[in-house]
Amino acid sequence: MLMNLFKFKGGVKPPTNKTQSVGLPIAQAPLPSRLIVPLHQSIGGTPRPVVQAGDTVLKGQLIGEADGWISAAVHAPTSGTVVAVAMHVQPHPSGLDALCVVIEPDGKDQWIAREPLDYKTLKPEEVRERLQQAGVVGLGGAVFPTHGKLTPAKTVPMDELVINGAECEPFITCDDLLMRERAEEVVRGIGIFRDLLQPKKVLIGIEDNKPEAAAAMRAAIAALNESFLVIQVPTLYPAGGAKQLIRVLTGKEVPASKRSTDLGVQCFNVATAYTAWRAIAHGEPVVSRIVTLSGNVDQPRNYEVLIGTPMGELLKLAQPHPDTDGIVMGGPMMGFLVPNAEVPVVKATNCLIAHCDRLFPPKAPEMPCIRCGSCATVCPHELQPFEMYWFSRAKNFGKTQEYHIFDCIECGCCSFVCPSRIPLVQYFRFAKSEIWAREREKNAADGAKARFEFKQLRDEREKAEKAEKLAKAAAAQAAKKAAEAAAAAAADADEAAAPADVAPSAPVDAEKAAKMATIQAAIERAKAQREAAQPKNTEALSAQQQRDIAEIEARRTVLEPTTPEVVVPAGDNSQKTE
Amino acid sequence: MMFAPAPFLLKDVSVNQVMTQVCLALIPGIAAYAWLVGPAILAQLVIASLAALLAEALMLRIQGKPQAMFLADGSAIVTAWLIALTFPPLAPWWLVVTGTFFAIVVAKHLYGGLGQNPFNPAMIAFAVCIVAFPALMSQWPGIGLQAGLIEQINVILGFAPRLDALSGATPLDALKTALKLGEGQVDVAHLLANQDIFGTFAGRGWEWVAAGYLLGGLWLWQRKIISWHVPLAFIGALTLISGGLWLYQPTQFASPLFHLFSGGAMLGAFFIATDPVSGCTTPRGKLIFGAGAGLLAYIIRVFGGYPDGVAFAILLMNLCAPVIDLLTQPPIFGMKDKA
Repeated sequence: MLMNLFKFKGGVKPPTNKTQSVGLPIAQAPLPSRLIVPLHQSIGGTPRPVVQAGDTVLKGQLIGEADGWISAAVHAPTSGTVVAVAMHVQPHPSGLDALCVVIEPDGKDQWIAREPLDYKTLKPEEVRERLQQAGVVGLGGAVFPTHGKLTPAKTVPMDELVINGAECEPFITCDDLLMRERAEEVVRGIGIFRDLLQPKKVLIGIEDNKPEAAAAMRAAIAALNESFLVIQVPTLYPAGGAKQLIRVLTGKEVPASKRSTDLGVQCFNVATAYTAWRAIAHGEPVVSRIVTLSGNVDQPRNYEVLIGTPMGELLKLAQPHPDTDGIVMGGPMMGFLVPNAEVPVVKATNCLIAHCDRLFPPKAPEMPCIRCGSCATVCPHELQPFEMYWFSRAKNFGKTQEYHIFDCIECGCCSFVCPSRIPLVQYFRFAKSEIWAREREKNAADGAKARFEFKQLRDEREKAEKAEKLAKAAAAQAAKKAAEAAAAAAADADEAAAPADVAPSAPVDAEKAAKMATIQAAIERAKAQREAAQPKNTEALSAQQQRDIAEIEARRTVLEPTTPEVVVPAGDNSQKTE
Repeated sequence: MMFAPAPFLLKDVSVNQVMTQVCLALIPGIAAYAWLVGPAILAQLVIASLAALLAEALMLRIQGKPQAMFLADGSAIVTAWLIALTFPPLAPWWLVVTGTFFAIVVAKHLYGGLGQNPFNPAMIAFAVCIVAFPALMSQWPGIGLQAGLIEQINVILGFAPRLDALSGATPLDALKTALKLGEGQVDVAHLLANQDIFGTFAGRGWEWVAAGYLLGGLWLWQRKIISWHVPLAFIGALTLISGGLWLYQPTQFASPLFHLFSGGAMLGAFFIATDPVSGCTTPRGKLIFGAGAGLLAYIIRVFGGYPDGVAFAILLMNLCAPVIDLLTQPPIFGMKDKA
């Protein structure tokens, strides 16, 4: 099948370093001494722990419950005892802690009762629910919960389902080996996605340096009588970036401001398809994944690894050389050095590279930018990195946004080619995090302001309501008094032919009192408003100052006995005591 | 914990390598220059290089910047070589030194050093010296220069008298002056055929020097040190305007071939206008920049008062580079007009 391929601009060709780890089949990593399973392993909410220290768990048992729609459950990778639910350092460049369930394996690796299902008998939402409950997330590294991507858009027809088997980062071969050895299950998993999304075409992109994987996938597709297309794309980093692969296979460009579904495309990694199939057809939640061990090691190889395995313990299987001084998680282009060897393998861990200076020489000192434009030439998003660098450095973040900094996918191509050795991606991460921080601060300030204004409004309203209520009460009181007086007068009149003028005077009094009270309330409201509007330099006075003021006020009242306030009617007193 | 951000793999490139390749690319032109015009250029290259390194070291020291790292970047050498190649080969040593110091100290370091200069330093040196010392800057070696290397060096260093027989105007200037004096009576074809200063298709000897620059420039393009935009636009604009006027009045205007291979056209197109620091960076910006420089170079050299217009043309375009860049930002991934 011939197909027109599109090109994305830019890209680089770093040495691939893949042959080292493809020589041997995938091996099963032995049970580690303990497993540290982070609860937060996917984008979205943090799953709540449902076990506690001392509990015994079985392999595949739920230990963390999905928190919200964009979240995926977490499961025990093997049977054993929960030793602790505690904070533990994460495989993240920040080195921050997160809540983990620590399990001591009992060595039996005993599964829960697995419930295999034919997904075709399930409703789409049941399939999605099941995937969420099985903890199926994007295993390409972004770990977005898969069920969240499996709802077709109502407005845009789904044209293409893109399956990402490109694996463009150097050293990493876990997807390659997965496709070679488990192509059938990958294809069946793709079938689930196809049935849920109903795309017009299913395109499987594999870089052309993996002919064995492509052949295995083609064979599996033929055997299962599917109509998926396996397309070999040119080996060019970052061809495996979802947006780049979508561009190469469909010609569609997804900018940062849009989602691929807006353009009728959805993209999944091959390993995600595999785990989706295992989850549905075998009832196996995601408790392990394939990890490439490579770099400064004697025996580079791919292993099926339980989630939660400490990285240092795992890397020992590949026999790292003594000069290894760190572990890189991910590829050499976008990966990062993990904080220490104790951090666990997570669902996003596709590769561990033993780091040493011989393999990755320390960077030469940073030179000034000479605007050579190499970075712009290789940028797959066609940005002008040197301009963004300039403005990031100057902390002119508005300008960085004008140059579309949020379209940067941090692929590292610009840093790779920079003759001045400027760590461009670092500058962009810095700028992005600053912009986010400012945004958060602004939101917080806006929220506080809104709350303050609302409080003021409420105070004012309450005051006005109270004044009104009091006025009404006063009026009622006056009316009652008047009525009583009238009654008394009537009684008097009864007794001794009282003069007729007393009775009408009572209603007049009541009316007058009510009117006065309303006017007073209005004056109070106006006063409150004026106070709110005026700067309050008498707020937060010390006790001494307050005493002084009180004293002065007292003297003033003595000196000026006839202040206009004296004229206020009785209704006012009650208010003053407020 | 060790801090090393991704990417861990880096391409084997450095500023030094870029600059070294620019110098290497100049060698065919320099070889033709030394062979056909005079070996004195070799002495000038050495003088300019030493002056540039000295000025650079001095400025780095004053500013407290790491000297070894910046001296090794090679940018000062590139500037020095461009100065030596654009100054008359028999110019006294102090003129070259003055130009080089001005380029490095004022045009480069006072604007912030490597990567910060708004103007091409070598062209600033040329402009300053031609304004300050017009006579010395216009004396180019005459044809069939017989003096040997030692004799020429003596002239440069001031040990030998500055013989008038040794120098004259450039071919470009000679043609312009002759045409002006001839007041429409003089024929370009006739001038080119009968004056010794002109060779097969441009200035005698100089045409091969320019061809050497062309060769080096193409190599730079093949090595991806420069992109095709600036040289092509420069040469294209120069060809278009010279060709148009030549077709209009062949007796009064020289052919495009003459203009391309005379003066600093090739050097300017491939080595000076392509300076990334002071030039444009967007693809469309580079085209505008190159075309503007080519056009201005022609206008200045044919209608202006200077023997060649490349230096001023490039400086004028340097002025416009920031705004051109701003106005020619290319659309990014996913934001192109589908029209």
